[in-house]
Amino acid sequence: MEILKTSMTELKQHIDNGDVSCEAVTSAFLEQTKKHNTELNAYITINENAIEQAHELDKRHKAGEKLGKLGGIPIAVKDLLCTRGIRTTAGSKMLHNFVPPYSSTVTEKMDEEDAIVLGKTNLDEFAMGSSNETSYFGPVKNPWDTTRVPGGSSGGSAAAVAARMAPAAIGTDTGGSIRQPSSFTGIVGVKPTYGRVSRFGITAFASSLDQAGPMANNVKDAALLLEAISGRDGQDATSANLPVPNWVESINTNVAGKTVGLLKECFEDGAMTDEVRKVVDNSLNILKDLGVKFKEVSVPAIDTAVPIYYLIATSEASSNLARYDGVRFGHRANFDEIPAENIAEFYARTRAEGFGEEVKRRIMMGAFSLSSGYYDAYYDKACRVRALLRKQYLEALEGCELLFGPVTTSTAFKIGERIDDPIEMYNNDIFTTGCNLAGLPGMSVPAGFSSEGLPVGVQLIGRHFEEQNLFDFGQALEDELKLSEVPSVL
Amino acid sequence: MEIDVKRVAQLAALKLSEEDTKLFAEQLPSLLGHFEKISLVDTGDLPPMVCPTDMHIEFREDDVIDWENAETAVANAPEKSGNLFKVPPVVG
Amino acid sequence: MSYDDWELVCGLEIHAQLKTKSKMFSPDSGDFGAGDNVNTHPVTLGMPGCLPVPNKQAIEYSVKTGLALNCTIRNTSVFSRKNYYYPDLPKGYQISQFDKPLCEEGFVEFKLGDEKKRVRIERAHMEEDAGKSTHHGEYTLINLNRAGVPLLEIVSRPDIRSAEEAAEYARAVRKILRYIEVCDGNLEEGSMRCDCNVSVRKKGDEKLGTRCEIKNVNSFRFVQKAIEYETQRQIDVLESGGKIVQQTRLYDSAANKTFAMRDKEDAHDYRYFPEPDMLPVELTEEYISKVESTLCELPDARVKRFMAEYELPEYDSLILTQERDLADYYEAVAKASNNPKASSNWIMGELLRELNEHELDYSAIPIKAENFAKLIQLIDNKTISGKIAKTVFQELWKKDQDPEDIVKAKGLVQITDEGAIEKVIDEIINANPGQVEQYRGGKNKLFGFFVGQAMKATKGQANPEIVNKILKSKLDG
Repeated sequence: MEILKTSMTELKQHIDNGDVSCEAVTSAFLEQTKKHNTELNAYITINENAIEQAHELDKRHKAGEKLGKLGGIPIAVKDLLCTRGIRTTAGSKMLHNFVPPYSSTVTEKMDEEDAIVLGKTNLDEFAMGSSNETSYFGPVKNPWDTTRVPGGSSGGSAAAVAARMAPAAIGTDTGGSIRQPSSFTGIVGVKPTYGRVSRFGITAFASSLDQAGPMANNVKDAALLLEAISGRDGQDATSANLPVPNWVESINTNVAGKTVGLLKECFEDGAMTDEVRKVVDNSLNILKDLGVKFKEVSVPAIDTAVPIYYLIATSEASSNLARYDGVRFGHRANFDEIPAENIAEFYARTRAEGFGEEVKRRIMMGAFSLSSGYYDAYYDKACRVRALLRKQYLEALEGCELLFGPVTTSTAFKIGERIDDPIEMYNNDIFTTGCNLAGLPGMSVPAGFSSEGLPVGVQLIGRHFEEQNLFDFGQALEDELKLSEVPSVL
Repeated sequence: MEIDVKRVAQLAALKLSEEDTKLFAEQLPSLLGHFEKISLVDTGDLPPMVCPTDMHIEFREDDVIDWENAETAVANAPEKSGNLFKVPPVVG
Repeated sequence: MSYDDWELVCGLEIHAQLKTKSKMFSPDSGDFGAGDNVNTHPVTLGMPGCLPVPNKQAIEYSVKTGLALNCTIRNTSVFSRKNYYYPDLPKGYQISQFDKPLCEEGFVEFKLGDEKKRVRIERAHMEEDAGKSTHHGEYTLINLNRAGVPLLEIVSRPDIRSAEEAAEYARAVRKILRYIEVCDGNLEEGSMRCDCNVSVRKKGDEKLGTRCEIKNVNSFRFVQKAIEYETQRQIDVLESGGKIVQQTRLYDSAANKTFAMRDKEDAHDYRYFPEPDMLPVELTEEYISKVESTLCELPDARVKRFMAEYELPEYDSLILTQERDLADYYEAVAKASNNPKASSNWIMGELLRELNEHELDYSAIPIKAENFAKLIQLIDNKTISGKIAKTVFQELWKKDQDPEDIVKAKGLVQITDEGAIEKVIDEIINANPGQVEQYRGGKNKLFGFFVGQAMKATKGQANPEIVNKILKSKLDG
């Protein structure tokens, strides 16, 4: 067995059977990380205790104990999730030295299922970005072409999984931050229904949009990881009090006769590049061949999704990031030589030093949208259009199992190509933000490659709390496509 | 549209460099102008939506969970005095 | 110039700290007297990813208060963020309620002298407290134990027309809060805080004047004094042709003055918006009725009932109902003794005097109600005289016990044996022939002398009525 080429689900079985030790599995991924991290910059921090923890698990396993759902599997975690005792930076200078005294519920649940945190992955600063270029710790490179971005903001998690530096990873998705990098790096990424996964301990970008989810090499692995991290949490007042289904066991690839919606607005001329279109059409035809019925549906408000998204996300962020003030933790400007004239200057200098340009831009935008005289026209209006958008999505999903379409307008772009043009950068998110605004579950499934050999994913969007449909259709596609290409760095 | 970048920076508690001020003075109006198309959408009598969920809130029982200690609380502090956070003088 | 031409327009914002075990949104203890930063869960510290989860008990207390203040309770109320920067505000925003507060449109009634007053309540909303900053010149230190403690902010309408009325209104609110046991109402310790909004206008004017807010006044007396001062200050400014600047002021009790907190105040832009970390607070009518059914009898109703049921004067009823503990105690004594009026006299007299002298709370009355009632019964069944009863009360105060035991042990039982008393009286008459003659000669005042002698001879234990009766028949007969 080649550990690096084995899926997470299979590794778990091998560990259970005693074919391989937890320690060997963790070592293999650590080795791979050592080999490629300098080039790809996927990890910010490696968990120094990973091997020791694997060793502990081996001892327990040898003593006859049955390990949890993720027993012995090392998993990469986006550095937005707090991990007790392990530095958590959010990709920002502001938190470059922050060691949380608590863990996020997601990593807590992983721990309960005997997973090992392999390391903390790079990301756009405070998850604000779609290219991983805004990280204080430098850009992440796409394993398929290191001159290109891996997408963002969960770019480190995506690159780590694609380059087999981890069998699976946790990402977070506020406007596409799991699905877009998954599409750019040829992996599976799931943004669960809002409320499915606890947000406790996940550094907040935009509270009403953020969800953590799995990023993996195949659909089953993603389903397994999502099972482990989902569920009601008393520490998150927006977490759903619903049982977590047994998605993996329930996967049913017989999709014949089922109806899938095609969002008219996503398939208009020029909505995506021809390269992406080809791959999307191919998957569409495969599903048709499997007996899926397609029906055209419409969400007319989708052309406002990017504006609503940015107004709401930046408004919430401007408030969520107010806590970074240099008082209790995190970066504080040096006032030894030039003292602060007043407390306002103390904050303003500390925050100006601690935050990067993109974060500042968004905080400014949000503070403006909430400010007196503009609130009604910007923030409040965005919340109203959001309600409309959600209503239209729910109507579109009536009578179909899910919506099918592209994840991104193009394949991974070159590093530096769009960083100076925020409008163009933000418009990248056109196909992904709708899910977050409406609270729907969405998934990116690898569907093929461009002529340049860059991965392209397709997006499945389900009804609230019906992630099962995503896994069923995703698995059906995966089984038919049988993609076996590996990134160039391997 | 015009945006008073200095005023917004004050609300945002950010001391912007001259370059940033100039950059944002250009970018923010163009971004927000681009977003203004939402004003054309007729939302009827739909109330604004904050959280995209039909779930209902659940409250926490009034139980005290003992938490670590004060040393842990101030462990990440840039400056402290004993177990208190220390900041430059606050006037008014 | 004349102050009489002017009218005060005043409203109060009362912050009541709710008596929950844990904080409003965080599971650490609300006991802010603990060591420095001991009660600082990551949620309180506003650490990354920490989320607010509302305290069920705090919601219930708030609903209860709203109902006691005659408010309408919203079925859907919303927490909002109030954004501003201050070192003791950990998240850079305070979670409060803005456009959809829990309680709206209530009122409080109270007596001001002989007049009945009603002050309307605009709203009462839930929020979290900030931490504490202490200023040391070169630096400021922050303790966050208090941060996140649940508060209910009770905002009155500007219905108050005198400083005394303001203080009386605040007392009435405090009384209610303590009755329903949601807040201990301690102004000095800050578990209840008053901000006073003060403006003046010419009598007869409809338009409100520019107002100033006096923050954090920490006693009812100071509420009155601060408003008195501020009213005069504003009138003086206006009479001398000046203008009132809207500002936040503080009251200096030593100088009996208010002063501006800052010279210049930037208009705040708090950028309120709905708290996205929480869903709206939804309360069913069923829940609200259930909370209503747990409400105790409120002070006003109790006064009325005391007057009707125990036939007490309004004055007595008001005093006995100032605190729920005292009123409960009174009722227990009145019922057990079956003598409401005597119970009222004894409690308002002896008991309150001792409590005051020893600075004891009504919750710490050292005599069991049943023992106190027995004392009253001992008087009523003539076992002891009222005078002896005072001695017995002193013993009871020192050590709570059955008063009958005291009477027995000390031999204080009243002498009701007519033969024995007659014997004593005969001796007195025989020993004082001169006084007898004078009395019989018309000096009626001397009757008291004979009573005194008889009581002295019996160490105060003779039944005074019997003494009177026998003396009368012997002297007049």
